Amino acid sequence: MLRCLLILLGMGFSAFSCLAADIRIAVDADPISLDPHEQLSEAGIQYSHAVFDPLVRWRQNGTLEPRLAQSWQMLDANTMRIQLRNDVQFHSGNRMTADDVLFTVERLKGSVDFKALFNVVQNVDKIDDYTVDIHTTHTYPLLLNILAYVFVMDKGFYEGQAEVVKFGQTFASSNVSGSGPFLVKERIAGQRLVLQRNPHYWDQTSPGNVQNMEWLPIRSDSTRLAALLTGDVDAISPVAPIDIARVQRTPDIQLLSMTGTRIVMLQLNQSRRKELQHPKVRQAMSLAINQSLIVEKILRGYGEAAGQLSATAFAGHISDLMPQYDIEQAKQLMAEAGYKEGFRITMMAPNNRYMSDEKVAQAAAAMLEKINIKVDLKTFPKAQYFQLFDQRAADVMMLGWQSDTFDSNNIFEFTLACRDLKTGLGTYNAGEFCDPLVEQGVRLANREMQPKQRERILQGIEHHTAKEALVIPLYWQPIIWATKRSVQLEGVLNFLNFPYWGDLKVSEGIHG
Amino acid sequence: MVSFIGRRLCQALFVLLIISVVSFIIQDNLGDPVRQMVGQSVSLQERAALQQELGLNDPLLQQYGRFLMGALQGDLGMSYYYKQPTLDVIVSRLPATLELSFCALLLVIILATPLGVIAAIHPKSLLSRAVLFISTLGLSIPIFIVAVFLMYFFAIEWRVLPSFGRGETTSFLGLWQTGLFNQDGLRHLLLPSFSLAFVLTPIFIRLIRAEMQDVLQSDFIRYAWSKGISAPRIYFLHALKNTMLPVITVGGIQAGTLVAYTILTESIFQWPGMGLLFMEAVTRVDVPLISAYLMVVGVIFVVTNTLVDVVYSMVNPRVRIPGYSA
Repeated sequence: MLRCLLILLGMGFSAFSCLAADIRIAVDADPISLDPHEQLSEAGIQYSHAVFDPLVRWRQNGTLEPRLAQSWQMLDANTMRIQLRNDVQFHSGNRMTADDVLFTVERLKGSVDFKALFNVVQNVDKIDDYTVDIHTTHTYPLLLNILAYVFVMDKGFYEGQAEVVKFGQTFASSNVSGSGPFLVKERIAGQRLVLQRNPHYWDQTSPGNVQNMEWLPIRSDSTRLAALLTGDVDAISPVAPIDIARVQRTPDIQLLSMTGTRIVMLQLNQSRRKELQHPKVRQAMSLAINQSLIVEKILRGYGEAAGQLSATAFAGHISDLMPQYDIEQAKQLMAEAGYKEGFRITMMAPNNRYMSDEKVAQAAAAMLEKINIKVDLKTFPKAQYFQLFDQRAADVMMLGWQSDTFDSNNIFEFTLACRDLKTGLGTYNAGEFCDPLVEQGVRLANREMQPKQRERILQGIEHHTAKEALVIPLYWQPIIWATKRSVQLEGVLNFLNFPYWGDLKVSEGIHG
Repeated sequence: MVSFIGRRLCQALFVLLIISVVSFIIQDNLGDPVRQMVGQSVSLQERAALQQELGLNDPLLQQYGRFLMGALQGDLGMSYYYKQPTLDVIVSRLPATLELSFCALLLVIILATPLGVIAAIHPKSLLSRAVLFISTLGLSIPIFIVAVFLMYFFAIEWRVLPSFGRGETTSFLGLWQTGLFNQDGLRHLLLPSFSLAFVLTPIFIRLIRAEMQDVLQSDFIRYAWSKGISAPRIYFLHALKNTMLPVITVGGIQAGTLVAYTILTESIFQWPGMGLLFMEAVTRVDVPLISAYLMVVGVIFVVTNTLVDVVYSMVNPRVRIPGYSA
């Protein structure tokens, strides 16, 4: 009670809920470093949202809301003016100003993982202490999307020892000062990360009441689930599809799931196999695979069968482009293409990267068998698989792609565009095709500022990809969490799988 | 004694050399460490630059030479993931594994000795038959099934024991984070050590039973009976002592194996020991950590085997180890 009172005093009698709670969550991966710029990964961004604040962040409905940036406007085609909050204090006690934003963007441009996203930012000018102008190298429609990655770092704290190193100990990888809702209390790499509520947090309207938070990486799906069932932890993610029924049988545990934006697809290598150059063969393969059945049987109805690459929230999504399944037509197309007798192909898939990836690959191989395509399937742990993927070692490769910008064009750039070693376009195009229509669309969409026009371009690529069956989309992978009933995760979870832990409410009565 | 230890040291160096060569040869098949540490949008050029920086593009022989030079100076490289010297990382995880192995072996000794002796003395009794039946079960059920079952009943259904981790640890003499001296730590130890003990005990029961039956037939036991020495004294002093030789041999090897390869049990219970560390290093392609781990395991085996030999000659003075004169 005394602690509650103190917190109340500390918060200046704000709307802060006084029922402080502690929470332990178990996830499959922990952030690899305290430095938010070291790795662009889901765990890293989840951590960043807890300890830092971005300029803007995604709402649950797919729009962006102001955080450290209070407002923004386009001054001209290549310049955005941003008004910063003036009441933000870092954990070190320093106040956040425009200098910190300049420092952060500069650091992002030097980070191996983030520079691809921030290359488009030419420079940032300081107008006054709380105003900055961001200049881009060309008109860029997704500037706000990438500002969601600008987790502002404390210049005064890091300056002079701000290097980002991938494979080594740095100041920033073990010391931290952000502005976020939590302070880092303790981190033992690979074992736990302990966070404590920031008593001076600027966002006093935040409904969050979690006082202490502990992240535990537990790799094994069944151990993670056991930890929740025994009550040792309060929330876990992901939950394996085969365990979902078990979770639903347990009365004091709730399951929370939504369709994510990661698209899992099969890529058909056109340069390894001349058969796959034939559009009719690719269409036949696409028709032979029953996405809905895969989702229903293997993912137990979670996730969503896909007939295109763009998730529902993305600009390129076409609502009436559904996955097609027609085995008779597929056989006919094979005959028309001159492959009635079928052929043998090789296929590779990971077995510990995407949800139930190995089972999905086996199912897809069995489905292709129905149109006389004999598949030699090999699956590998992700460490070996992605090396083979880079070598384009099989005729069919499985890939799951999460768009970093939460926009269709990022998927197209990396998985459909012609391969270009210099720009990095097409790095994941294991179909090894080069389609001029896609190529042109990708370039246009990267500069088009008119939303309606841009949507038309992206949908054009999507239509073309489906018509030509350039890749076979399978499904959008679900995001699945399981929590105790007291944890009101639904209020902070979004389709990006970046729960805003600072805003999490845990109802009273569980932790005394 | 000196020449014995010298000989063992030479053997150890030879073993380590072989391990280091093997761990270098398998490296290429593990995957690309850079690929595991970068985000998806990092270009091939950037990745190539990182590989160059880490020296992964150098000829294998050159990399091996570098590793060997470091190893001679006691430096087994930096872990990619932990960003600390690999030896430090391994040493920090050693207590967890040692404690788990110790508890498991303790359980094995407590259970196996009386049961093995009883099974040898009264081979036809109901109890002996039951013991042998259960020990067959223990021998044939893989450890992960035992572990999962124990977890299911004790942790999930009855909620009497925790399901994962080491729980609370306390510092012992400032050197060692131990879970042995507080209730929470001990509770966490129970399930994993029971799982290990369940699989190990049967071997020892059978070993002790067979040896004991053998010894009970020998002349000196018959002589002891005729002298009128009490039964417990004969069974537990004279006979048991003489069954201990093979038990020590197997026990020593099992102890080494426990410390080195409790990978499955540690993964299932998320026990933060060396086995889990190794498992995770493999998934992350943390090559320096993998190599260092294999070297450390080599050392552990050499040390335990040496200890077994020494204990052996103490228990049975008739055994002569070349170069070792006690």
